[in-house]
Amino acid sequence: MALNTIWVHAEVGGDKPSSITLEIITKARALADKVEAFYAGDNAEAVAAELGKYGVSKVYTVATEGLQGIPVASAMVAQIEGGNAPDLIMFGSTYDGRDVLARLSVALDRPVLTNNNDIAVEGDEVRVTTSIFGGATNLTTAFRCETPHLASFRPKSFAAEPGGETTAEVVAAEPTEQGKVTVHERHVEEHSGPILDEASLVVSGGRGLGEAEKFELVETLAKLLKGAPGASRAIVDAGWVPYSYQVGQTGKVVKPNVYIAVGISGATQHMVGMKGSKTIIAINKDPEAPIFGIADLGIIGDVHKVMPKLIEALQAR
Amino acid sequence: MNVVVCVKQIPDPASPGALDPSTNYLKRDGKLILDDSDAYGVEMALQLVTNAGGGEVTLVSMAPNDETSGLRTGLAMGAAKAILVSDPSLAGSDALGTAKVLAAAIKRAEPELVIAATESSDGYTGTVPEQIAAILGFPSITFAKSIVIADGVAKVDRQTEAGYDEVSAPLPALISVTAGVVEPRYPSFKGIMAAKSKPVDTITVADLGLAADQVGAAGARQEIVSVVAAEERQAGEIIEDDGESHLKIVQFLESQKVL
Ligand SMILES: Cc1cc2nc3c(=O)[nH]c(=O)nc-3n(C[C@H](O)[C@H](O)[C@H](O)COP(=O)(O)OP(=O)(O)OC[C@H]3O[C@@H](n4cnc5c(N)ncnc54)[C@H](O)[C@@H]3O)c2cc1C
Ligand SMILES: Nc1ncnc2c1ncn2[C@@H]1O[C@H](COP(=O)(O)O)[C@@H](O)[C@H]1O
Repeated sequence: MALNTIWVHAEVGGDKPSSITLEIITKARALADKVEAFYAGDNAEAVAAELGKYGVSKVYTVATEGLQGIPVASAMVAQIEGGNAPDLIMFGSTYDGRDVLARLSVALDRPVLTNNNDIAVEGDEVRVTTSIFGGATNLTTAFRCETPHLASFRPKSFAAEPGGETTAEVVAAEPTEQGKVTVHERHVEEHSGPILDEASLVVSGGRGLGEAEKFELVETLAKLLKGAPGASRAIVDAGWVPYSYQVGQTGKVVKPNVYIAVGISGATQHMVGMKGSKTIIAINKDPEAPIFGIADLGIIGDVHKVMPKLIEALQAR
Repeated sequence: MNVVVCVKQIPDPASPGALDPSTNYLKRDGKLILDDSDAYGVEMALQLVTNAGGGEVTLVSMAPNDETSGLRTGLAMGAAKAILVSDPSLAGSDALGTAKVLAAAIKRAEPELVIAATESSDGYTGTVPEQIAAILGFPSITFAKSIVIADGVAKVDRQTEAGYDEVSAPLPALISVTAGVVEPRYPSFKGIMAAKSKPVDTITVADLGLAADQVGAAGARQEIVSVVAAEERQAGEIIEDDGESHLKIVQFLESQKVL
């Protein structure tokens, strides 16, 4: 049995619907007769047109003054109380997605199931699956409460595919509360080259690089291979690179064709962010490093010797 | 300024996690330690109280047993006291149930600011802080990478997908902090000794006036229906660098049509 209606919390990256939004909409389409979205942001008409290509029939726009949590959740609650309740609301495991999800769970007094990478409907039971212990175990949980069910999903859990094309109707959903948070200024970190979580090749550096200056080796190699540079949390926390470079449980999930781990040990929290890569190359001087357990090509060696030679060989081509 | 920091006590992340086969809950029977993620919150709170020129830091934690070793670490860093909600009925609590308990405990301390980590190391739902704020009716700012308090307003740089936002909220408020927001201090010997005699108020779910069916497994309203081992990724070729191993990488990249 399919569900009647699923709502998706839609977000944008730049001025287009973000990949995670399109991924969960694609999945929602397979599970329900009707997929509708809530969107708080600019260019609603253009965003709705894009969402329509993925089968979203209605986009509720929410005017927000501060952060999304309170206003978007209150607009959803108002729709639900007005008799418009969906069976399920799907969120990305993102900054604003989590805020809205958490506020909504309190307002509706519903449990939330977070960080999932799969979902299934069996009868009228909704089950979600999350991967735990660094991806070693899959845990499936069923909701045992009234609808709407609330769940969030990790990026890259589903492939985004257009389908069920319609023209999405755009309607305003009024928030009943704005909250007291003010956004004064938004800062965008400039970067060139492909975006980390969309690149087909990623070169990530870790503490094994020894010092911040040596991250240049990672950047140079990424550039030569037209990939994106990434990092372990150890060097993000140490301030060598911005947080936006972080791969792992608390960072980005990447699934490139080739992932090159340079001086990264392979902690479970790092591996959950990259073990879905098609192939993995690791350079580490410790033969016992856990990263070798999942590498297709492992080089036991010193990054300061292997990397310069590799870069030189590629530059000579 | 009085600040509450939510601190979770967790099994040592260095030892492999396991589920209790009879309940499928994460095993929490060994020694529990202060979640590293919360050490940042404790340090941030101590610094903010110092900058404010007065007030104290209260730790609030929930656990199914009366474990205090993680709390002692926070007290040794400099927190003044702790509230521990400990009750066997809390086993199997989900994020919302946890937030209900923590919010009720936090109310007792009447804080102007509540700090939590953006996500815990063992549960990482990342929703508990915002749920606490919703229950308390506080504004909240998640993913803080810096906090400045002035004239009753919290100014925060909030991490975003694209960079960061400068945001602010009036106190009382809840803020969740990211790792690396400050450098947590190591407890001094004096701090460790002093922590032994700092007050830890241990209370039960009934003390908080919460009904038993709101918390623990009953309140969670969900059921784990399967636990299966994920397909394992196989290791490939591992070679020792002999000065020429970079050529192996070049070959591999060629085989993947990157070159
Ligand atoms: C709640 C939580 C969330 C987390 N989220 C993330 C996350 O999202 N992403 C993440 O990455 N981590 C995360 N972590 C941290 C994670 O547990 C590890 O601490 C981190 O990934 C380690 O980074 P690293 O591999 O760079 O450093 P280390 O573990 O210190 O490894 C460095 C490696 O470099 C090797 N090395 C040293 N010198 C050389 C050399 N000259 N040549 C070659 N190799 C060398 C060493 O053998 C070692 O294996 C999280 C932790 C927690 C508790
Ligand atoms: N049982 C708990 N006791 C105290 N604080 C908690 C507890 N559970 C969660 N928290 C706080 O909420 C944060 C986020 O937790 P989570 O939502 O589980 O990722 C944690 O890092 C803590 O600061």
